[in-house]
Amino acid sequence: MPSLKDVELKISAVKKTKQITKAMNMVATSRLRGAQNNMENFRPYAGKFAEVLGSLAEKAGDEASPLLIPRENARKIHIVLCTSDRGLCGGFNVNLIHKAQAFMQEKAADGVSFSFTNFGKKGRDWCRNNNQERVSEHLGIVGSKIGFNVASTEGRKLVEAFLADTYDEVYVVYAEFFGMGKQVPVLKQMLPIPPIVTEEAELDADTPYLAEHICEPSAENLLSDLLPRNVYVQLFSALLETSTSEHAARMAAMDNATKACNDMLEDLTLMYNKARQTAITAELMDIVGGAEALNG
Amino acid sequence: MAQNIKLEVVTPEKAVVDEEAKIVVAPGSLGEFGVLSGHTTFLTTLKTGIIRYTDANDQEHFVFVSGGFAEALPDKVTVLAESAERRRDIDLARAKAAIERAEKRLAAQRQKESLDFTRARAALERALQRLNLAETR
Repeated sequence: MPSLKDVELKISAVKKTKQITKAMNMVATSRLRGAQNNMENFRPYAGKFAEVLGSLAEKAGDEASPLLIPRENARKIHIVLCTSDRGLCGGFNVNLIHKAQAFMQEKAADGVSFSFTNFGKKGRDWCRNNNQERVSEHLGIVGSKIGFNVASTEGRKLVEAFLADTYDEVYVVYAEFFGMGKQVPVLKQMLPIPPIVTEEAELDADTPYLAEHICEPSAENLLSDLLPRNVYVQLFSALLETSTSEHAARMAAMDNATKACNDMLEDLTLMYNKARQTAITAELMDIVGGAEALNG
Repeated sequence: MAQNIKLEVVTPEKAVVDEEAKIVVAPGSLGEFGVLSGHTTFLTTLKTGIIRYTDANDQEHFVFVSGGFAEALPDKVTVLAESAERRRDIDLARAKAAIERAEKRLAAQRQKESLDFTRARAALERALQRLNLAETR
């Protein structure tokens, strides 16, 4: 049986932990709101962009740009790994890294080399510990306010490296936000850009009328101007999704931790009361024993 | 017939303009173009520059855009840009600092043709346009 003092200390420790987890939960909640707002603001742009791109791609054909042409025998694969900077968000980062690892195992044939761009400290640390080739890293971006210029600067580098044959394929790993309780790690091919036709089929459903545009300059030129931008847009959206997911994951993790603290407090209080009762009983026995001895 | 046309300017970060306009003049990459209601469907990339439009109350407005493209439909103009600011939102100090920075870089890079050179030139262009617009009030 632990002593009264021990239990008391333990209770106060758990209470303090609970205070922290509760505060972190509330911070994550308010940050999540901000992140969702950012996603909301991005939606009109993304929607319109996909629509225009779809109608142009249809016009210009599949081979209008080198960014569209798949390469046989891809040997140099680049992965953009989006994770959070900070932990205490459950299995969030681990899941993302597992996703990347599984993909690497799948592709790990002879002579395939991997390189990484890291958004977020956790993914960077993993790459560093596993001696992966790291091309660039960006900390302090996921989870805070993300500017589009971050995505376009990094996206431009990816496109340039792809055109210079430094990479054969570029993928992005990020956490897609499906709702408060559901964030799914997703792997998506960024370069070469997968055929855009499927996106357009979806669009046709909700926009029955797709205008035949007069294009200036030609549709091909426009497309080759827009395709790199499509990469930036994808990257930006991946970063927004990851940020939002991070906050949601942290909220859930902190909620669980607070609940666990409550359970522990209950058990500990019970134990404390028992210990106190035992002490009182023992003291009483002493007094009664002493009195008996005097009377005897 | 003075029918109005809807103008939307959106960036990935927010919607900058969502308004009725009488006329919209935008800097297309092959030349400036004006759009009135009933314009044929039209798609073009935009230069770094200034979109001018007159709202329903004959008030003239100016919006800086960079890295964008525009779609004109008979009743609507949509501009998608990487960055866009209304004139009153331009950060003058930032633009001036950007000019200085870009000029310094240009001077340093003049000898060797490089990517930084084109990037610095683009940055200079953006900053100059912002400054131009902000100072013509």
